[in-house]
Amino acid sequence: MSDVAERVKKIVVDHLGVEEAKVTENASFIDDLGADSLDTVELVMAFEEEFGCEIPDDAAEKILTVKDAIDFIKANAAA
Amino acid sequence: MFDLTGKKALVTGASGGIGASIARALHAQGATVALSGTRVAPLEALAAELGERAVVVPGNLADAAATEQLAKDAEAALGQVDILVNNAGLTRDQLALRMKDDDWQSVIDVNLTAAFRLSRAVMRGMMKRRWGRIIGITSIVGVTGNPGQANYAASKAGMIGMSKSLAAEVASRGITVNCVAPGFITTAMTDALNGEQKDKLLTNIPAGRMGEPGEIAAGVVYLASEEAAYVTGQTLHVNGGMAMI
Ligand SMILES: NC(=O)c1ccc[n+]([C@@H]2O[C@H](COP(=O)([O-])OP(=O)(O)OC[C@H]3O[C@@H](n4cnc5c(N)ncnc54)[C@H](OP(=O)(O)O)[C@@H]3O)[C@@H](O)[C@H]2O)c1
Repeated sequence: MSDVAERVKKIVVDHLGVEEAKVTENASFIDDLGADSLDTVELVMAFEEEFGCEIPDDAAEKILTVKDAIDFIKANAAA
Repeated sequence: MFDLTGKKALVTGASGGIGASIARALHAQGATVALSGTRVAPLEALAAELGERAVVVPGNLADAAATEQLAKDAEAALGQVDILVNNAGLTRDQLALRMKDDDWQSVIDVNLTAAFRLSRAVMRGMMKRRWGRIIGITSIVGVTGNPGQANYAASKAGMIGMSKSLAAEVASRGITVNCVAPGFITTAMTDALNGEQKDKLLTNIPAGRMGEPGEIAAGVVYLASEEAAYVTGQTLHVNGGMAMI
């Protein structure tokens, strides 16, 4: 399952163009990784695609850090 | 210039005068077009006239679920939507003092809310592909107001404000959002005016004539093109000089 963490981090690195070292589990997309609100929407779209799950808007709003994303996907995705 | 080869366009209100003209013009530039409206017969006739690269996707924009479904049907039929033209519109004219809630709501629902729903639905794919054009057909009266058209003018002004907000949200993703604002154009909508009303109107139009649907379509082609990539949040007024804003 740590594979989920790796895949999430890769999406974040690719999408936000940040150094891999900065993408720690506690990193906040907006405060630490320089994402704007539209970036966070796009990240959620990318997670949905990668993991074949739907992330409803109220859940998406609570995904603020890398760890939030990993936890949500572990709890909700099949793959 | 203005080559749209390979682009996929959804045009609402393609069973009407201006929408049909817009669909023809986008098609002539090479786009594949999905034609929408509630009356299937004129849509089928237009698709037959255009031949290849034209599909019919009917849908009632007064209905929320049908509107969401239309976006899905268009994406399924076209593969993707690169250009959305929110052209469908209706009037329910009445002096405000006599205007029923239903007259107000039905015009807002189709002219404004459906345009929002369709825009929201297609923006997702456009964001991923980093390319998109959303074009709203508003109206001169959305900017000037017009007695008897509180509902219609509100819906058209709303479309302009909505387009500016969407434009600001997605400009960094290669998506532009603009409006074309017709003045008086010869279609079924304006055929309803009587001779006296028309004569009076013409005295206020410096060009001295009503506009043709193709003159609106030309503006849409421009805004849909690659060449207009740096134009966003704008309203292009096509009105023979009737209002210079
Ligand atoms: N003509 C003018 O002078 C003028 C001036 C300013 C702005 N405009 C705007 O230009 C646009 C096109 O107008 P037009 O002159 O071409 O009028 P039109 O010939 O009456 O066409 C209106 C179109 O809107 C569609 N429509 C209406 N209600 C609908 C609904 N509930 N669901 C789906 N589609 C619906 C109609 O489809 P169905 O008939 O198949 O339902 C029709 O294709 C409108 O937004 C109008 O406000 C026109």
